[in-house]
Amino acid sequence: MAGVHISTTINGDMVEFACPQDETLLNSLRDRVGLTGVKEGCGTGDCGACSVTLDGRLVCSCLVLSAEVNGRNITTVEGMSEEGKLHPLQEKFIEHAALQCGICTPGFLVAAKVLLEDNPKPSEEEIRYALAGNLCRCTGYDKIVRAVQAAGKEMRKKRR
Amino acid sequence: MRYEAPNTTKEAAALLAKEKGQAFVLAGGTDLIVRMRLGMTEPDLVVDIKNIASMQGVTRTATGTRIGAATSGAVLGENKALIKAWPGVVEAVNLIGSDQIQSRCTMVGNLCNASPAADSVPAMIAAGAKAQIVSPKGRRTVAVEKIVTGPGQTSLKKGELIESITLPKPLPRSGDAYLRFIPRTEMDIAVVSAAVSLTLERGVVKKARVVLGAVAPTAVIVPAAAKAIIGTKLDDAALEKLAKACSDMCNPIDDKRGTIEYRTKVAGVLGKRAAKIAFQRAGGS
Repeated sequence: MAGVHISTTINGDMVEFACPQDETLLNSLRDRVGLTGVKEGCGTGDCGACSVTLDGRLVCSCLVLSAEVNGRNITTVEGMSEEGKLHPLQEKFIEHAALQCGICTPGFLVAAKVLLEDNPKPSEEEIRYALAGNLCRCTGYDKIVRAVQAAGKEMRKKRR
Repeated sequence: MRYEAPNTTKEAAALLAKEKGQAFVLAGGTDLIVRMRLGMTEPDLVVDIKNIASMQGVTRTATGTRIGAATSGAVLGENKALIKAWPGVVEAVNLIGSDQIQSRCTMVGNLCNASPAADSVPAMIAAGAKAQIVSPKGRRTVAVEKIVTGPGQTSLKKGELIESITLPKPLPRSGDAYLRFIPRTEMDIAVVSAAVSLTLERGVVKKARVVLGAVAPTAVIVPAAAKAIIGTKLDDAALEKLAKACSDMCNPIDDKRGTIEYRTKVAGVLGKRAAKIAFQRAGGS
């Protein structure tokens, strides 16, 4: 099978790699770019562990072909901290113990960031709906929801 | 597998027509890539339509609204004019999957995947949507209800692909609605669904279309249900007749998600509820 050459922006950096034409973005990010914060859960778009943004929109990277992302803009959990400082969501997830095994956490963080950028003060119901595409099998959702609410509050304070 | 991303619909149709092996259109990939990963489909050619300008976005036309085949559910959900014109269609599309899926999934993909439980299909049919089909030989326009012929089967021929869906401009005092039943609150496949579109005249239902999903091999139009409410103000007797007509039309499967008896009963209940919402949206009281 002939491969494709991909040149794309990931977390602000220009990245180039080659891969088979049917390779998913999830596999390229993990195995070729070395961004192993992107996790594989179900591989069928149900669990959200592989969530990244593609041109600002939240997607499951397991359901994107790398061939599609030439010239596009991708962000992953690795792009959340700035200059060594954790994103408020990351800080609040730690503070509220909103993670246990950690597999789902990168996906939750990326999805929650998209939510808070779009809706700085979501209600609990809005948070639960927005994160319905992310599954957690250990900590439970309550701590995650509280952490997102706390991060939203923190981010609103900073914006003022 | 070969991946192609042409810039025109014509090129896409030519690629699909020429391919000797298995060829698939890639829009959002939320069904196709799942099937590829599960080994259910092994395409020789995948034609990505997202780089085709005429396949993207929502445009207002003289006769209504045109939705490009590669337009995602998220984009439709952000379009205020479309929500105002066809709230039932937009709510149906937006019920497909999570936010992650909404960023990618498309109405036309939902249609061509040809699942009996596809959410957007009953709503499109109730709204009188039409599909513009392109092939190397030319173009044709068909009503959406003519596309799906059975589970996983469509009437599209080799080399044909849908470029856009058009929705008519709603008549004054019209409303539409879509409801589905699932055993949880989010992220599930319809056990039963119902879409209703209606138009009022002096407070009385003048025109109506009732369509059910997930209760037969394809979405089904229920003319008797529409007839039951035409000429009424949606009184209880009319709604009961509509419910009975919906249940009578059911030919569902029996599985762990819903028995035949259950799906048949719920089809009537959802038909009534969707009709009430559509009636309210049309300004009825």
